[in-house]
Amino acid sequence: MGGYLIRRLLAALALALAVATVVFLLLRLVPGDVVTVMLGESDPSPEKVTALRHQLGLDRPLLVQYATWLGRAVRGDFGDAFLSGRRISTDLAARIPRSLELGGIALVLAVLLGIPLGALSARRPGGALDLLVGGVAVLGLTLPSFVIGMLFVLLFGLVLHWFPATGFVDFSTDPVGHLRHVVLPAVTLALTIIPVVMRMTRASMLDTLHQDYVRTARSKGLAERTVIGKHVLRNSLIPVITVIGLQAGTLLGRIVLIEYIFNWPGLSSLLLTGVNQRDYPLVQAVVLVIAVAFVLINLLVDVAYGLVDPRIRVA
Amino acid sequence: MRPLNVRLIIGGVTIATLIAAALLGPLLAPANPLEMTPDLLAGQSRAHPLGTDSFGRDVLSRLLYGARISLLIAGLSVLIASTGGTLLGLMSASFRGTVDWIVMRSMDVILAFPPILLAIAAVTFFGSGLVKLALVISILYTPTFARLAYGSALGVTKTEYVEAARALGGSGWHQMFRHILPNVAGPIIVQCSLSLGFAILVESGLSFLGLGVLPPTATWGRMVSESRNYVEREPLLLIWPSVAIAMAIGSFNLLGDGLRDALDPHLKGTRRRQVGARTRSDRVGALSKA
Repeated sequence: MGGYLIRRLLAALALALAVATVVFLLLRLVPGDVVTVMLGESDPSPEKVTALRHQLGLDRPLLVQYATWLGRAVRGDFGDAFLSGRRISTDLAARIPRSLELGGIALVLAVLLGIPLGALSARRPGGALDLLVGGVAVLGLTLPSFVIGMLFVLLFGLVLHWFPATGFVDFSTDPVGHLRHVVLPAVTLALTIIPVVMRMTRASMLDTLHQDYVRTARSKGLAERTVIGKHVLRNSLIPVITVIGLQAGTLLGRIVLIEYIFNWPGLSSLLLTGVNQRDYPLVQAVVLVIAVAFVLINLLVDVAYGLVDPRIRVA
Repeated sequence: MRPLNVRLIIGGVTIATLIAAALLGPLLAPANPLEMTPDLLAGQSRAHPLGTDSFGRDVLSRLLYGARISLLIAGLSVLIASTGGTLLGLMSASFRGTVDWIVMRSMDVILAFPPILLAIAAVTFFGSGLVKLALVISILYTPTFARLAYGSALGVTKTEYVEAARALGGSGWHQMFRHILPNVAGPIIVQCSLSLGFAILVESGLSFLGLGVLPPTATWGRMVSESRNYVEREPLLLIWPSVAIAMAIGSFNLLGDGLRDALDPHLKGTRRRQVGARTRSDRVGALSKA
């Protein structure tokens, strides 16, 4: 296990470095002069241009820029936002927990609902429950997350008034209000993952049900409960864990759309502020944070996989 | 007799209808999709079969023109991704060594970003014209094609007929196009259909965030976004483009599944076999929505 861990860790580090390099090089994609685009004026004064160029470090050689940027990024220093002048790291620190909260609740919901639903569907493939759950799952996979979110705003927020349609209240000032605001975005996010978890659980259970050891367990007279709970479900969960890990990663992308719909002040609004104000360093910072989190999640999935399945450690 | 391939038929017919609607859009549309009229948020009428939006523009016309944008960008991006990705994958499998390493590790780096995030970043820095959008979206799906072609090609290179071709003195390129490519074509066609669905998802998502083709061009994602402030008064403004997006994505997925069954009987159990997928690339291959 030790060797496997070290190999995965090194691979993740290399990947994170590559990701950081791509994020750094994004600035080079800007057509024309970055500084002019950022200043947004048709004819900016030469002093302004020189000042911003110096602030962005563009007046130095590329390799020096890269080393400086990377060195600061590792320490969480991304400089100041272009228009607001606030420290980017301060804004990041305030918003990361809010995005994590949404994503975390969505993941927990997905596990608590997806696995039982999948297991129940697998009990009677082709049965009424299987068809119903399967049909809803296909719908959940076909509708884009932002459409589901908009429909939820309309249905539960504006028509039924069950929950506030959009917005955010700080937990410390109004805990109940905070929880009421979190429901719709978190459930929307969860609904995009539940079908995947549910289908994977169902398929994996069906696979396992045909294994010899399950037949043995049944033939030695074990109660169906024990057979399903102990022999089938446990062995079926390995691929489900993988899929949950992968979904946690794609969740990081989808959360941007969901936060935008529900006006949730997480990383997304910071990113979109940067996008709209052409604040490239800010966009780079948010993209880097999310992408590195994705690499980290992949590493955790690999580690979990090695723990659960001894075969993978030697491969 | 083989059972009727229902998914192929339903998916194919829906897509054909969508493409026809997109092509004939200018003829079918009752009005100019950009023309603003004083009839704001009007309900269904003879002049406006699906009503008008908050600027008094005809919703049906905007849907039809939106189909053109979505299908064009999706088609273009999948064309680029499938061609580029397949070539990269075949190249890696044929030449192995350094080429293989560089190409496949670059694909890993692309896959290390959440797709929609990479798209947002690329559009921010690179700009968002129609062709640029297609290019950006194609980057997201190139690795999938590269890995698919790479895996299938590696499997085929060890077979006797490819070895025979090599023994007869066929060049590397000859082997690749004459013997390997036809054998990997099936899975790639299936992947094309699935990727078209994903591409529409990403395009409409970007458009929804205001990062798609510039306004006032009609796109489905923008129509969803523009319905935001009026959705309580006129819910149909949200429903119509949502239905269009879901129909396009759903039918491309159906078509993909149907093609999988039709093209390669060996692949029929793929879904189930993916459950046992144990390598990293297998698992990433099981990645679903953006």
